[in-house]
Amino acid sequence: MLVMQVNINGQSRDLPTGATAADLIDLLGLGGKRLAMEINEELLPRSRYPDHQLRDGDTVEIVHAIGGG
Amino acid sequence: MSTAATELNADTGDLLQVGNRRFTSRLLIGTGKYRDLEETGRAVEASGAEVVTVAIRRTNIGQNPDEPNLLDVVPPDRYTILPNTAGCYSAKDAVRTCRLARELLDGHNLVKLEVLGDEKTLFPDITETLVAAEQLIADGFEVMVYTSDDPLIAKRLEEMGCVSVMPLAAPIGSGLGIQNRYNILEIVENAAVPIIVDAGVGTASDATIAMELGCDGVLMNTAIAAAREPLLMASAMRKAIEAGREAYRAGRMPRRRYASASSPLDGTIF
Repeated sequence: MLVMQVNINGQSRDLPTGATAADLIDLLGLGGKRLAMEINEELLPRSRYPDHQLRDGDTVEIVHAIGGG
Repeated sequence: MSTAATELNADTGDLLQVGNRRFTSRLLIGTGKYRDLEETGRAVEASGAEVVTVAIRRTNIGQNPDEPNLLDVVPPDRYTILPNTAGCYSAKDAVRTCRLARELLDGHNLVKLEVLGDEKTLFPDITETLVAAEQLIADGFEVMVYTSDDPLIAKRLEEMGCVSVMPLAAPIGSGLGIQNRYNILEIVENAAVPIIVDAGVGTASDATIAMELGCDGVLMNTAIAAAREPLLMASAMRKAIEAGREAYRAGRMPRRRYASASSPLDGTIF
C-alpha cells in the first residue's frame, strides 16, 4: 500500500495514500469524540471530514477541551 | 441554585447580561489545576457558576481514547462554556484557537480572548489583543477580553465591540487581590459593557471588593483550585460575590472620621 507522511499533533505518522480526515479519526480511535481539526493552520469543519483527503506533508492538529482558566 | 439570595437577585432582575446571554450567577470559574475531573465538577457545582472556562489543547494521540472528558463533568447543555486562548502569545494563534473552539462547541461563538506577552507575569500583550479582538469580532465571535487594568484600553476594547471587558486584579494565579482599585473603579464607571475582574483574586474578600467596586462579575480559577479545600472555597466565593453585589446595590454608608452612637442618647437613666 502506498503511504504518505502526515504530522499529527507534532508526531510524524504514516497514513495510506488518499486517507481522508474521517479515516484519520477512525485510525486514531477518536470516532464520536468532541474534537476539532485544523490542517495546515486552517480549520476543517466536521462536515468535510469524509471528503477531505489528506496530502503528504500535511500538518494536522486535533484538539479538545481540557481544564483551564 | 436555591439560596434565598439568588432567588432575590433573580426576582429583582439583577442579572449579568453578556451580549444576549443572561446569568443569575456573577461568578465565572476556570476548570484548571484541580486534582481530577470529579473535583472539577464538584467545585463548579459548589460555586454556582453558570459560565465555565476551558482551554483548547492537542488531543493525546495513541493514548487511551476512552479517558474521561472535561465536558462530561461540565456539559455544554448545562453550562455556558467559555473557551479561552490561554497560552497564546500572538493574535494569529489566538484566532486559530477560537476557530477550533467554535467548531468543537458546534458553533458556540462566545470566547475568552487572552493574548499573553510575558511568561513571568502573564500580563496581556495589548497590541496583539487589539489585533485579535478585531479579527474575531469581524469573524462573528462574541469576545470577552482579558486585559490590563488600563482604563483607556478597556474603553477601546468596548468600543471595538467586545461583549465584556475583563481587567486583571493582579497577575494570573498570583492571588494578590485587586492591586489598583482606582483603575478598576475608573473602568467600571466608564463602561457600557459588563466589567468582569479576571485573574489575581486570592480569597473571598478580594472577590467581594471587586463586586463592591461595581464590577459585574469575577472570573477566577486558582483561588478555588489551589485552596486547601477547593469545594469549601468555591462555596465561599459564591457567597462573597453575592455579598459584594448586594452591598454594591445597597449603597454603603458614608465613611466618617469620628463615632456616631447607634443607641439613642435620649432616655438614659443618668
